Amino acid sequence: MNKLVINADEAVKDINDGAVLMLGGFGLCGIPENCIAALVNKNVKELTCISNNAGVDDFGIGLMLQKKQVRKMVSSYVGENAEFERQLLSGELQVELIPQGTLATRCLASGYGMPAVYTPAGVGTEVAEGKEMRSFNGKEYLLEYAFEVDFAIVKAWKGDTDGNLVYKETARNFNPLMAMAGKITIAEVEHLVPAGALDPDCIHTPGIYVHRIFQGANYEKRIEQRTVRKK
Amino acid sequence: MPLTKEQIAQRIARELKDGFYVNLGIGIPTLVANYIPPGIKVVLQSENGLLGIGPFPEEGNEDPDLINAGKQTVTTIPGSAFFDSAMSFGMIRAGKVHLTVLGAMEVSEKGDIANWKIPGKMVKGMGGAMDLVASAKNIIVAMMHTNPKGESKLLSHCTLPLTGVRCVRKIVTDLAVIDVTDNGFKLLERAPGISAEEIKLKTQGKLIVEGAIPEMSF
Repeated sequence: MNKLVINADEAVKDINDGAVLMLGGFGLCGIPENCIAALVNKNVKELTCISNNAGVDDFGIGLMLQKKQVRKMVSSYVGENAEFERQLLSGELQVELIPQGTLATRCLASGYGMPAVYTPAGVGTEVAEGKEMRSFNGKEYLLEYAFEVDFAIVKAWKGDTDGNLVYKETARNFNPLMAMAGKITIAEVEHLVPAGALDPDCIHTPGIYVHRIFQGANYEKRIEQRTVRKK
Repeated sequence: MPLTKEQIAQRIARELKDGFYVNLGIGIPTLVANYIPPGIKVVLQSENGLLGIGPFPEEGNEDPDLINAGKQTVTTIPGSAFFDSAMSFGMIRAGKVHLTVLGAMEVSEKGDIANWKIPGKMVKGMGGAMDLVASAKNIIVAMMHTNPKGESKLLSHCTLPLTGVRCVRKIVTDLAVIDVTDNGFKLLERAPGISAEEIKLKTQGKLIVEGAIPEMSF
């Protein structure tokens, strides 16, 4: 077994035009910065990106939008990105907006081997249009399908050479869910350690879900809304 | 005088009870955290994966890995816990969160809410709002009574795309506290110096006014 790759360029080398990708993170928190930079360098096009947000104009997935690499975004909230809005209103970019919990649960279902789940989110709204509904105990639910994606790209705080991952604080967010959902899952980590160095009781993503792992470099970890109180 | 945004938050905070787990939306709802009554313990849930939101960090202690659902830097408190987004919405869906406070563009007299989309104008997305309103046991809306054009935001039917149906239980605006009942909006309290007649005039949906309506005090 060898999951170790040298860097982001090697990790994404077989991601080609038209691929369907998942990218972890919430806002700019816990995003796979190195892999995004590698995808921008590679200039791969016509991507479908499933990610809770679309980054900001000059960081995160916003960097791929700038280069018009994304054909379709599947997200719950895209409010921080003016270029995104421009491409959407001009018709260059397709978007599918789905409730955040539904997005998370469709990843979870995929990683748990369940084809679909029922959720009440969106009942009675345009999200429900064309979807199968079913009533349980007098309440309506929508049938939502598990995602099927070629590649899931996640960022963890620590990882070992067997692909076991540990996330830090709220940078966990969608990362463990998307890690479970990729046919091929790529993990970039801030600290790569030998197998055995992480406490087995504290692993968030077991290595079975991870196919490629590498030590990331030069993390910017940009803060979107720096908010402080007086000392 | 109409309530300030701070006073709307202060009034909503009076609905909090000891032991409540509460999700506060972005905007006025976030301010509710500043008015948690003394002597009770309330745990704030952030849907990006944190229970026990602490105050904003002191300058220099910002942690890019520790943010709230509004993407602001925050801190933890003793007893805080982190989890992933599926568990976060799992606890919301399962009804473990006692109270959700969120903003709205429109609320109907049936309790429908619209707050995520203005066709052709605003395409930001629903975030976690649809999940929250579909499952929360108790939903309070914090908003201005009228929009910037002076039009009522309390309607017989919502005109904007819906976020959820028949889910809002209570509305606190700059003018009034209103319950959503089976028979329409019901006026419970007035802002200081605002008459029930004025509130009725600025409420497009059906508003029930029974007896003398008490004035809020701060």
